[in-house]
Amino acid sequence: MLKINKLHKSYPIGDSSLHVLKGIDLSVESGEMVAIMGSSGSGKSTLLNIIGMLDEADEGDYILDNVPIKNLTEKKAAIYRNRFLGFIFQSFNLINYKNALDNVALPLYYQGLKRKERIEKGLFHLEKVGLKAWAEHLPSELSGGQKQRVAIARALAADPKLLLADEPTGALDTTTSYEIMAFLQQLNDEGKTILIVTHEEDIADMCKRIVRLVDGVIMEDKFVEQVRASQYV
Amino acid sequence: MRFLFERDTWQEVYDSLSKNVLRTVLTMVGVWWGVLLLIGLLGSAKGLENSFNRLFGSFATNSVFVWGQSTSKPFKGFQEGKQVVLTLFDAKKLEENIDGVEFVVPRNQNQGVVTRNFLSGSFGVNGDYPLLDRVQKKKMIHGRFINQNDIDSNKKVVIISEEIYKQLFQKDAEMIGEYIQINSINFMVVGMFENGNRSMGPTSDLHIPFTTFQQIYNQGNDIGWIMITGKPEADITQIEADAKLMLKNLHRIHPEDDRAFGSFNLGKEFAKLTGFLTGMQFLTWFVGIATLIAGVFAIGNILLITVKERTKEIGVRRALGATPFEIKRQIIVEAVFITLIAGFLGIISGGWILIGLNAAFGQGDEAVLVNASVPIAVVFIALLILVFLGTLIGLIPAFKATSIKPIDALREE
Repeated sequence: MLKINKLHKSYPIGDSSLHVLKGIDLSVESGEMVAIMGSSGSGKSTLLNIIGMLDEADEGDYILDNVPIKNLTEKKAAIYRNRFLGFIFQSFNLINYKNALDNVALPLYYQGLKRKERIEKGLFHLEKVGLKAWAEHLPSELSGGQKQRVAIARALAADPKLLLADEPTGALDTTTSYEIMAFLQQLNDEGKTILIVTHEEDIADMCKRIVRLVDGVIMEDKFVEQVRASQYV
Repeated sequence: MRFLFERDTWQEVYDSLSKNVLRTVLTMVGVWWGVLLLIGLLGSAKGLENSFNRLFGSFATNSVFVWGQSTSKPFKGFQEGKQVVLTLFDAKKLEENIDGVEFVVPRNQNQGVVTRNFLSGSFGVNGDYPLLDRVQKKKMIHGRFINQNDIDSNKKVVIISEEIYKQLFQKDAEMIGEYIQINSINFMVVGMFENGNRSMGPTSDLHIPFTTFQQIYNQGNDIGWIMITGKPEADITQIEADAKLMLKNLHRIHPEDDRAFGSFNLGKEFAKLTGFLTGMQFLTWFVGIATLIAGVFAIGNILLITVKERTKEIGVRRALGATPFEIKRQIIVEAVFITLIAGFLGIISGGWILIGLNAAFGQGDEAVLVNASVPIAVVFIALLILVFLGTLIGLIPAFKATSIKPIDALREE
């Protein structure tokens, strides 16, 4: 599904440069639910950005679903992002002047689908996250948990191979966080591959595999017994 | 181009513009004002031009009028102060010898008491050749102008103006074939012409054949003044100088005597006016287009701010799969759209202003602005320029929007 080989990335800071990722090897199979953990500055967000094709590695190989991701033009990256990936952000990143349905349907718009189809699919995914009744509501009229569920519906809308979540529960209280995790677990049960960046242990424990990053190298990579979030909800 | 006809494109434009109505409206004011000024000024300039054209319309404008005065320098044994009177012979000489002359029209004028039954008035009596009609077009309402037959047989016929008709005749009375008395001599009315613009040239109320004039006023070959019309391409100032020099020669006047002949160079005055008009039109275009460009820049500026504000949104869109091209296209469509809408509104309100100007200053014979209007072609060209400028100015924010990496855009708080 996803194969990373000796990945390096550094950022220029003034005259010197900061070596953020120092040779990452990671391979994720289809259907996995992986938590990428690490303190701030460990390089976990950078790794996720590279996997998300928002950033490009300096060195190393990245193969996603047998497609080598290298030297992409902006256009190609956009198309791959649209087809392969679904993003979930800490701050939701919904477009505030579009209602829930239009937000969910946005990736479909960039796929070039007809409006009727987009509405149909958008409503289907909103229903899946339990927010069909809120389809016409603006993000400002939704609670944090609801916003994140709309964002998840949006990430799912294009039926991506891989879901990338960057601190998906970072802006939510514990109860809501567990609700969101329960939902992500359910998606994983249905076969979606999910990558979650987090620094919260309890969230990481709800995944099936934990990868710990310290100063740009993988210190630990272990499979764990998944804690079901639904028991807390 | 298909995307232009898709509802979604416009939904996106509507969404992002209606998100901040005040800003959108303020942005449009710049272009609206520019187009309004352009249309208003161009229309007014055209109206002024039309009114000048109407004023001069009946005249061959490339003309100069010359008359005799008295000399101011002694020459060849003559004292200064000699009266100079032009003659038919002079006119003939001028026509034959001056380059670029189209017509030379000798004219005589006198004041006469005109009576009919118990009504009378004092009017200018002109002795004229049929040629006058070529130089100073008379709009005949009834009958005809003087013809060669009148000249040849010294006929006592008269062509009157509408004004004289009103003073001497009952309303709706038949005037052709009627007689009026000029200085107690009966003349038959053969035509009536529309009142011309009285601001131009001497009042010419009443015309009788030149030869008849000679006879009744006992003028011999003396003439009052000469109208010289140059060919359209001829330099009327040169013709004036040549004609005066020749006349001085014929009348034995000092070549440097500037006061011997009086003249009015209509061509020169007209050229001044048209030059003024051309200058005004240039100014109009300059001001209008400069304002327009300022307006378009305002749009670019606002869009740039909008793009800055929307950095994160653009980042999200790109994370969701929008290509840089799609982002740019959207912003350019927005720019062109508001430029065009503002332009349309400007054209419409500019039209209203012209309608207002027309109602206020465009009515009646003495109107300052006649048919103040802008050709539809100019409107379309203005719109095309707007589309072009809108696209051009939209490129700046568009490139700005996609120059930020999506990851940096997303990080923006």
